Amino acid sequence: MVDFAGWDMPVQYRSILEEHKAVRQRSGLFDVSHMGEADVKGPDALRFLQHLVTNDCSKLFPGRVLYTVMCYPHGGVVDDLLVYMRGAGDYFLCINAGNIAKDIAWMQEQVKGFDCTVTDRSNDYGQLAVQGPRALEIVQTLTPAVLTDIKYYHFAEGRVAGISCLISRTGYTGEDGVELYCPAGDTERLAEAVLAAGAPFGLELTGLGARDSLRLEAGFPLYGHEITDQISPIAAGLGWVVKFDKGPFVGSVPLAAEKEKGPARKIIFFKTGDRRILRAGSVVLGAAGQEVGVVVSGTLSPIINEAIGSALVDSVATKEALSVDVRGTRLNLQLVKPPFVPLKKN
Amino acid sequence: MSNVPSELKYAKSHEWLKVAADGTALVGITDYAQNSLGDITFVQVPKVGASLKAGETFGVVESVKAASDVYSPVAGTVLEVNKALDSNPEKVNQSPYGDGWMLKLKLTNPADAAALLSATDYEKSIG
Repeated sequence: MVDFAGWDMPVQYRSILEEHKAVRQRSGLFDVSHMGEADVKGPDALRFLQHLVTNDCSKLFPGRVLYTVMCYPHGGVVDDLLVYMRGAGDYFLCINAGNIAKDIAWMQEQVKGFDCTVTDRSNDYGQLAVQGPRALEIVQTLTPAVLTDIKYYHFAEGRVAGISCLISRTGYTGEDGVELYCPAGDTERLAEAVLAAGAPFGLELTGLGARDSLRLEAGFPLYGHEITDQISPIAAGLGWVVKFDKGPFVGSVPLAAEKEKGPARKIIFFKTGDRRILRAGSVVLGAAGQEVGVVVSGTLSPIINEAIGSALVDSVATKEALSVDVRGTRLNLQLVKPPFVPLKKN
Repeated sequence: MSNVPSELKYAKSHEWLKVAADGTALVGITDYAQNSLGDITFVQVPKVGASLKAGETFGVVESVKAASDVYSPVAGTVLEVNKALDSNPEKVNQSPYGDGWMLKLKLTNPADAAALLSATDYEKSIG
């Protein structure tokens, strides 16, 4: 168990590598109740969200989910988040646990002048993620909602094991699956029900360690690593969630300039052909042995059996032969466009 | 509870030594150590013929969580290394006292082993 944003979280239940494989081959149950939630409600909710985040919330309709980031005026990232549209003037946000206080304060500041409210609901919700090729079958045994009718990045409200849930066809592993938001007090009962229903399908309890290696293998960013207040969505390769044509938003001016001339540094993903893990903080070297960047995430993929990772590298150096020194051995980085493993389309 | 076989000798730094009658010994890391490290992903061992001092770093055991140095419990010359760990480092997790052995040493002074911890003392040290 480790302390994570004030929660006692299991890094692993059995083995990070075995739990990782279980999610790719069968399914895993993650308790992600640490994640933060917020309501945005009021007549100006859409106008406020369009100002706050980089993606275009006008594309949302009730039952639709949007992945986005929100930025500071200089273009650095406050957090990445999911925006759920429940109805007109009624939105629900999922934010990172480590950023709850910062995000809520930031949104309270930004919402001034808009006719809507931002309410921290983080303590009201538990959240379970059921992920993997068998995830839908497992949860389907517990709910009258027809899960295959909920498309990827859509959600429905319904009962799972008799508990009222927001059922979201989303995840952080690259596998099919759902994330279930439930009343905090019902989380344990919901988890027991999912575990029991999943037993015949080989469902495993999966911890933070596997969650991190799965998201990296899928090429998903993690706040504090690929995106920070110093790494913009343009530098992070998240230009697809930055929609300039929707009108101005916080950070839009510097982000447009950065997109126009290209970011000075950018996030690259790599593998090495070797099992030695390149840890966050390791220096990335260019062709002449000069320092050109830093590793921001690193792990071992138990699927391709080699070290994988991401690094923040000077853009001019990304065409060079890059390497990292590990205890005296130079390991060459092979640039990869993630995902590192084939993922099933949802 | 960690498995601490009574016939082995131990170092406080969590390596074990299994001494044979011919003055050679196998070295590996303990069940407690492998369990603390978690999934082992890489094991780096010295070259055959290397001579090690007691307490000297002989390699690195790397897990998903961290990389840790491993130390020779006694002085000796490396006679053999466990090549199987190159492609299957998880053997250290699965069988720390068996298939997960790391080195075979020729002890410089076979009497050195006597100064190491007994199973009972090592068990006390890991609480």
